[in-house]
Amino acid sequence: MVPPRAICSNCRHSRVEWVELSQKGKLVTYTIVHVSPPQFKHMTPYAVGIVEMPEGVKIPSIIRTSRPEDLKIGMQLEADFSPRPQEGGWPNWPRYFFKETG
Amino acid sequence: MRGKPLATIISAGLSKFGRREGVYARELFAEAALSAFHRVEKLDPSKDIKAAFIGQMSEAYEHQAHTAPIAASWAGIFPAPAMRIENACASSGSALRCGIMAIMSGLYDIVLVGGVEKMTNQPTPEVTGILATASDYPFEQWNGMTFPGLFALMATVHMHEYGTTEEQMAAVAVKNHKNGALNPNAHMQKEVSMDEVLKSRLVSWPLKLYDCSLITDGASVVILTKPKLAKKLSDNYVHIIGTGQAQDTFCLHERESLTTVKAAKTAAQEAYKMADVRPKDINVAELHDCFTIAEIIGYEDLGFCRPGQGGKYVESGAPDLKGSMPVNTSGGLKSKGHPVGATGTAQIHELYLQLTDQADRRQVKDAKIGLAHNLGGSGATGVVHILKGS
Repeated sequence: MVPPRAICSNCRHSRVEWVELSQKGKLVTYTIVHVSPPQFKHMTPYAVGIVEMPEGVKIPSIIRTSRPEDLKIGMQLEADFSPRPQEGGWPNWPRYFFKETG
Repeated sequence: MRGKPLATIISAGLSKFGRREGVYARELFAEAALSAFHRVEKLDPSKDIKAAFIGQMSEAYEHQAHTAPIAASWAGIFPAPAMRIENACASSGSALRCGIMAIMSGLYDIVLVGGVEKMTNQPTPEVTGILATASDYPFEQWNGMTFPGLFALMATVHMHEYGTTEEQMAAVAVKNHKNGALNPNAHMQKEVSMDEVLKSRLVSWPLKLYDCSLITDGASVVILTKPKLAKKLSDNYVHIIGTGQAQDTFCLHERESLTTVKAAKTAAQEAYKMADVRPKDINVAELHDCFTIAEIIGYEDLGFCRPGQGGKYVESGAPDLKGSMPVNTSGGLKSKGHPVGATGTAQIHELYLQLTDQADRRQVKDAKIGLAHNLGGSGATGVVHILKGS
């Protein structure tokens, strides 16, 4: 389950455990955002999508790419992490993002 | 219970939709209520209406919460209780269901249901941000996913899996603007060409400006009573014979499929069963075209066509005003406008006009059964109502 939670919505079981996910996953869908909320204006246009991990869960994410026109459903992407965000303000992100495999 | 009236609509009213400068939400609501009251002279609203259920999405537009008592009292409903129902863009569709339950429970004989949103006093980026609050904060908003963005994520998959085209999506906009041009209450009473839609600026690829519904100020009201009291109060009444509502996962990434809105599909199945009708029995429908792709997916979820065939369905002309299944005769959210909290009961207002033969230049001949399809958020809430003329 992403995000992690105390009770499974499908079986209502609460004996859940943490599973470490792979670094790479497959792009399920994407879009290029051209009209954004004020907080994201500095990086507009930007790509967002949903990535499916080999473990079966899907993760929504910003996709950092210099060539958004090359994005394709099914392509491999790699997870990466930013340094811990500064205090305060929204959005103090990203905690993670996906990028093209290199 | 199958096919029997659950509750009966004796009147409906709408404010003018558009950019309504210098008025508060409460004033828009009073305007819609007055237009509903004018249709039922036998009703004394302050005395006869026993409760109000009012859909409104956000307090951010006017820095105002606890809005239902304000809206109701400004409409002269006082001291009857007023409740705000918030389910994002399905707020007043959900409020209608509450009204039906209130009537069916026997607690009240007559209730008012409606919705309102005053959106245009904020600039577009702020409105985009306020609307985005109806998506998941840590996982969707934090990742810069706007509402056009979320529906674009569905559109991208629909195009990939079924070959749906940008032209087919544009055809929804062209159709709905054509209808909206005939609706004096619509925000944009203007036709648009396929070329204008396709060449409009990108909002969230593949969705362009004309694939998106409008940021609109507006309010809508319907008055409900018990089926057996309807005749005494009005000559023009419409029965609600089916109601359905369901949930899906809040976030898009948790869904098995992005080419269907399961909550709407489940709600439709519930409503069809209760009403004892099938998709082919519907004569006129209002679909939640917040984005053109949502109407295409809506055709499929409601069983108007097979899964994946929504693009071809709009191309076939079936959902045109003169087609076999006219969809969004009001102009839809696309052209009539989408004051989010008002949308659910605004759809019901259009069906009320259609089923009582009062839709003027948009009238669908011999319309007997109508369907309204109202989505909340990216489809975490789906509400479907089926109405039958008397």
